[in-house]
Amino acid sequence: MTNLAVDLPGLRLKNPVMPASGCFGFGREYSDFYDLNKLGAVIMKAATGEARLGNATPRVAETASGMLNAIGLQNPGVEQIIASEVSFLEGYHVPVVANVAGSTIQEYVTVAEAFNKTPSVSALELNISCPNVKEGGIQFGSDPDMAAKVTEHVKAVSHLPVYVKLSPNTSDIVAMAKAVEQAGADGLSMINTLTGMQIHLASQKPTLANKTGGLSGQAIKPVAIRMIYAVKPHISIPIIGMGGIAEAEDVLEFMLAGASAVAVGTANFTNPYTCPEMINRLPGVLQQYGYESVQDAIGRGHNE
Amino acid sequence: MKERVDMTILSVKEIALDTMEMTLHHPYIAAAAKPGQFLYVLAEGHTLRRPISIASIDSEQETVTILFKIIGDGTRCLARLKPGMTLDTVGPSGNGFALQETSLQTALLIGGGIGVPPLYGLAHALHEQGVNVKTILGFQSKAHVFYKERFERIGQTYVVTDDGSLGHHGLVTDIVDEAGEFDYYFSCGPVPMLKAVTHQLQDQPGSISLEERMGCGTGACLACMIRDDSASGYKKICSDGPVFGANGVIL
Repeated sequence: MTNLAVDLPGLRLKNPVMPASGCFGFGREYSDFYDLNKLGAVIMKAATGEARLGNATPRVAETASGMLNAIGLQNPGVEQIIASEVSFLEGYHVPVVANVAGSTIQEYVTVAEAFNKTPSVSALELNISCPNVKEGGIQFGSDPDMAAKVTEHVKAVSHLPVYVKLSPNTSDIVAMAKAVEQAGADGLSMINTLTGMQIHLASQKPTLANKTGGLSGQAIKPVAIRMIYAVKPHISIPIIGMGGIAEAEDVLEFMLAGASAVAVGTANFTNPYTCPEMINRLPGVLQQYGYESVQDAIGRGHNE
Repeated sequence: MKERVDMTILSVKEIALDTMEMTLHHPYIAAAAKPGQFLYVLAEGHTLRRPISIASIDSEQETVTILFKIIGDGTRCLARLKPGMTLDTVGPSGNGFALQETSLQTALLIGGGIGVPPLYGLAHALHEQGVNVKTILGFQSKAHVFYKERFERIGQTYVVTDDGSLGHHGLVTDIVDEAGEFDYYFSCGPVPMLKAVTHQLQDQPGSISLEERMGCGTGACLACMIRDDSASGYKKICSDGPVFGANGVIL
C-alpha cells in the first residue's frame, strides 16, 4: 500500500495534491465535477482587504504549452470570502489554505488577522508575487528585504502557519527563500507565474487588456523544477511545488526536486478532473520508480 | 449539469469562408443541451479549451451541431478533425436562452458573423412553439454567409453584408425598423454590434449572448467577466451567461 500522506506545518495532507490558488475559485464549481474530499487540501483564490473588480478583459490568452493571465486579484474581499466561501468548504474534510494578498503591509496584516479568526482555515499562503496588479504583489516578491518585512508583519499576528509564495521574476531565488525563512516563514510555495506578453497579430496589440500577464502551464515546469532544486539545500522549511503540473509523473518530479507537496493550477482548465485523476495514478507512479511513500521521494533528486 | 465526455464526430464541413460546421454524437449532451449553451472543446495539444456555441440539437439522432470560424491555431486544429474521431468536450456549458416566454407572438433575432449559430437553434425552438420569427443576419461579405436558407424556411429573413456583396449594404441596425413589430428580441454577435443593437432597442425587452476568452469555462477563474449594476458589480460570462438580459450588463 503506497502511503500518500504528508504532514506539513498546519496541514495533515492525505495526499500531496491540492488545487493552486486562483485556478479553482473557492471550490464550488469543481464540486460539480467531483467530491472535493479527494483532494489533499484546497488553496483558495487570493483575498484582499476590500472587494476588487480586477482588470479589463481579455484576461487570458493561450500560449505554446501554457497560458497568460491577468485577472488582477478580483475577489469579493476577505470578510465576504469568510462568510460565504470558507463556510462552503467547511462541508468537506479537506484542509483549507487561505491565499493572502494586498497593496500594503497593513492590508496583508488585516487579511491575515481575519483568517486567523476563522477556525476552518488551516494555513496562510502569502501572495507576494502577483504580477498583475499595479501596487503590491510583486513589489514585495522581487526584493528580499520587502519580502522579509511583509512576512515578519504577518507572522507577528498569525498563529496559523505562513507559506510564502515566491515569484520566479527575481534574479536570486535562493536569496528570496532564505530571507523569508529567516523572517519566520513556515513554508514556501514555488513558483508563481512568470511575467509575459503576447501580441495579437490581427489587432497588432497586446492580447491581454492588462498588456502583461503571468505565464503558467506546462511551459514553465522546468523553471519551477530548477528553482525548487536550487532552493532546497539552503532551507529547512518545506516547499509546496507548483508550475505546470499536469500528470502524476510531474508530482514525482517536483518531489525529487525538493517539494513536499504540490499545487495544480492551469491543468484544471484543460481537464477539470486533473487533480483526482492525478491522485488516483500517483501510487502506481511512485511504485514504478521504487517508492513506497511520498515522504521517501522528497528531495531524492539531490542524492549523488 | 455539464459533464466531460468524448463526443463522436459525424461530419466536418466548410459551409462558408473559414466557417466550419461539425456534427457530434453523444446521447447525454444531445439530451441535456439547450439553445444558447456552448460546448467547451479541447483541441489536442492545447492548454485552454474553446467555447463554441451550439447551433442545433437533434434529440432523435442524439446529435449536436456546432459552427466555428477558423481564427487561429486552435480552431485550425479543430477544423482538421475527421468523422469517426472524438472531441473532448465539457458541456453543455452556460445558460441558454430563456424559452418560457410562451406569450411571445413575434421574436426578432439579430445575429452578426459567428454570433449567428446560437440564434439558429433558438429560431428553430421558437418556431416549434408557434412564435413568429423574424431574423436579421449580418456578415462581412457574401463568401461569409451561411444558414440563410435555413432561416428563410423558419421565417422572414434579412441579410446584410459589410461590403454589399449580398443583401443590404450596411449594418444590421439599418434593417430593424423595416423588420417591423416584435415583442422580444435576441441578439448575438461582436460587441460593437451588440452595443448598437441594445442602444437602438433600449426600450424593448431582449436578450443578448456574449463571447469572451475563457480560462476554466466553469466560473472559477474569473477570466470572462462582464460588468453590471449588481452588488458584486460583475457577471461571469461562462457560468452566469453567456445569455444575459439586454440591459442587464454593461457592454
